[in-house]
Amino acid sequence: MREGLASTVLRLSGEHLLLVLVAVTAGVLIAVPAGVFLTRRESWRAPLLLAANVVQTIPSLALFGFLIPVPFIGGIGKGTALVALILYALLPILRNTLAGILAVDAAVRESAVAMGMTDGQLLRIVELPLAARTILAGVRIAAVTTVGTATIAAAVGGGGLGDLIFRGIATVDTTLILAGALPAAGLALAIDGGLGWIEGRFSR
Amino acid sequence: MADPFLEFRTVSFHAGGRAILDRLDLRVAQGEVLVLLGRSGSGKTTALKLANALLMPSGGEVMVEGRSTRQWNAIELRRRTGYVIQETGLLPHLTVGENVGLVPRIRGAEANPERIRGLLDLVGLPAEFAGRYPRQLSGGQRQRAGVARALAADPRLLLFDEPFGALDPVTRFELQNEFRALQQRLRKTAIFVTHDLREALRLGDRIALLHNGRLEVNCAAAEFRHAATPEASAFLAAFRGDI
Ligand SMILES: Nc1ncnc2c1ncn2[C@@H]1O[C@H](COP(=O)(O)OP(=O)(O)OP(=O)(O)O)[C@@H](O)[C@H]1O
Ligand SMILES: [Mg+2]
Repeated sequence: MREGLASTVLRLSGEHLLLVLVAVTAGVLIAVPAGVFLTRRESWRAPLLLAANVVQTIPSLALFGFLIPVPFIGGIGKGTALVALILYALLPILRNTLAGILAVDAAVRESAVAMGMTDGQLLRIVELPLAARTILAGVRIAAVTTVGTATIAAAVGGGGLGDLIFRGIATVDTTLILAGALPAAGLALAIDGGLGWIEGRFSR
Repeated sequence: MADPFLEFRTVSFHAGGRAILDRLDLRVAQGEVLVLLGRSGSGKTTALKLANALLMPSGGEVMVEGRSTRQWNAIELRRRTGYVIQETGLLPHLTVGENVGLVPRIRGAEANPERIRGLLDLVGLPAEFAGRYPRQLSGGQRQRAGVARALAADPRLLLFDEPFGALDPVTRFELQNEFRALQQRLRKTAIFVTHDLREALRLGDRIALLHNGRLEVNCAAAEFRHAATPEASAFLAAFRGDI
C-alpha cells in the first residue's frame, strides 16, 4: 500500500488543483461582472456585499453540509464541493473589483467621459486596466484560500488532497495526514507565488 | 450678431436643494474666447460641464450649434468638444501618444502617428514625448499634452477648466502666450475658466463674471476694468497693480 502512496498523492494533487482552478475561474466569471455592476448601481452595493460576507462567515464544513440536501446542486460529490468553493471565492474577487474600479481617479474618469467614451469604452480602456492589479490581488487571495478550503471538500465526496487528510485522521496515521497537507501547502505557495509574479508585472 | 456657436438660454442648475447657477444668459460667437471668471464656488465648472452635456440644466436650454444639449447625442457632442482640466486627466496607464490618439480611437478610427507628432509639435512637445507616460512629464508638459489631446479630434469647441492653475507663474505665463498664439492660428470657439483676472484679460475676447451662480458682468475683455458691480470691483481691487 505504501508503494502506491506517491502516485495517489500525485493523482489527488491533480484533482485538487482542478477543483481550485474551476472554482476560481467560475468565481472570476461571476464576481468580476458582478463587481462592475455594483460600481454602476450604488443601491445594490450594501446588500450584495453583505450577502457575500455572510457566505464567507459560514464555516466551510457547515456550508458543505447545508448544500447536500439542496436539489440539483447538492448531494454527495464534486458538484456540491464546487458550488461551495465558488461561493467562497466570490467575496474577495467581488470586493477587490469594486474597490479597484472605485479607486480610479475622479479626474481621469471625468476626462474619459468628457472626451466621449461610452460606458463600455470607459470600462475597457480606463477602469479595468487601472483596476487590474487590485482585481488580481483579489483573485490571488481567493485562489490561496480555496486551496485550503478544498481539503474539506473531501468530506462531501469532492475528492482532492482532503481525501488523504480525512483518511489519515480516521486511521490516526500521521504520514497520511502529512501526505495530504504538505502538497496542499505547496500548492498554495506555488499559486500565491505565480499570481504574485503576474500581479507585479502590472505595477505601473 | 450672427447666430452664436454656443448659447446659454436662461440656464439654471440646481443641486443639493439650491441653485448653483441662476438664470444664466450667455452667448459665445464662433471663433471667440469667452473667459468665465469668478471666485471659488461661483459655479464656473458647473457652467462648463453644461456645455458638453456632462450636466443637464435644471431649467433653460444650452444650445450648441443651434441645437439644445438635450437633443444632442451626448457622446457625439463630447467627441466634437475638446476638454482640458487642471489635472489634465491624462490616462496614467497610456503613453502620451496613446492619450493624444484616444479620441480617434474611441471613434473607431486608426490613430495616425504622423498626426500625433504634428499635434505634439503644435503644443511645443518634442516628438519623443509620445512614448512617455504622463508621470514622466512635468506639470507644464502634462498640460501641453492635455491640450494636444483636446485638439486631436479637431473640435469646433474647446472647454478649459483652469488648465494652468497648478503651474508656476513663469510656466503659466509661457503657456498663456502659447495659448494666444495657438488661438490666433486655429480660431477655435472656446470657454476658458479661471479665477485669475490677469489671465482673463490676457486670454479672453470677452469676460463673463460669475458670482454665486449669477452672471454679474458680461463684456469685452478690454472693458472689464470699467465694470462697476461689487464683485467686479472686488476682483479689480484684488489685482490692482497687477493689471
Ligand atoms: N453635484 C453637486 N451637488 C451639490 N453641490 C454642488 C454640486 N456640484 C457643485 N456644487 C456646488 O456648487 C458650487 C459651484 O461649484 P463649481 O464647481 O461650479 O464652482 P467653481 O466656480 O468651479 O469653483 P472653483 O474655482 O473652486 O473650481 C460650489 O459651492 C459646489 O460646492
Ligand atoms: Mg471649478
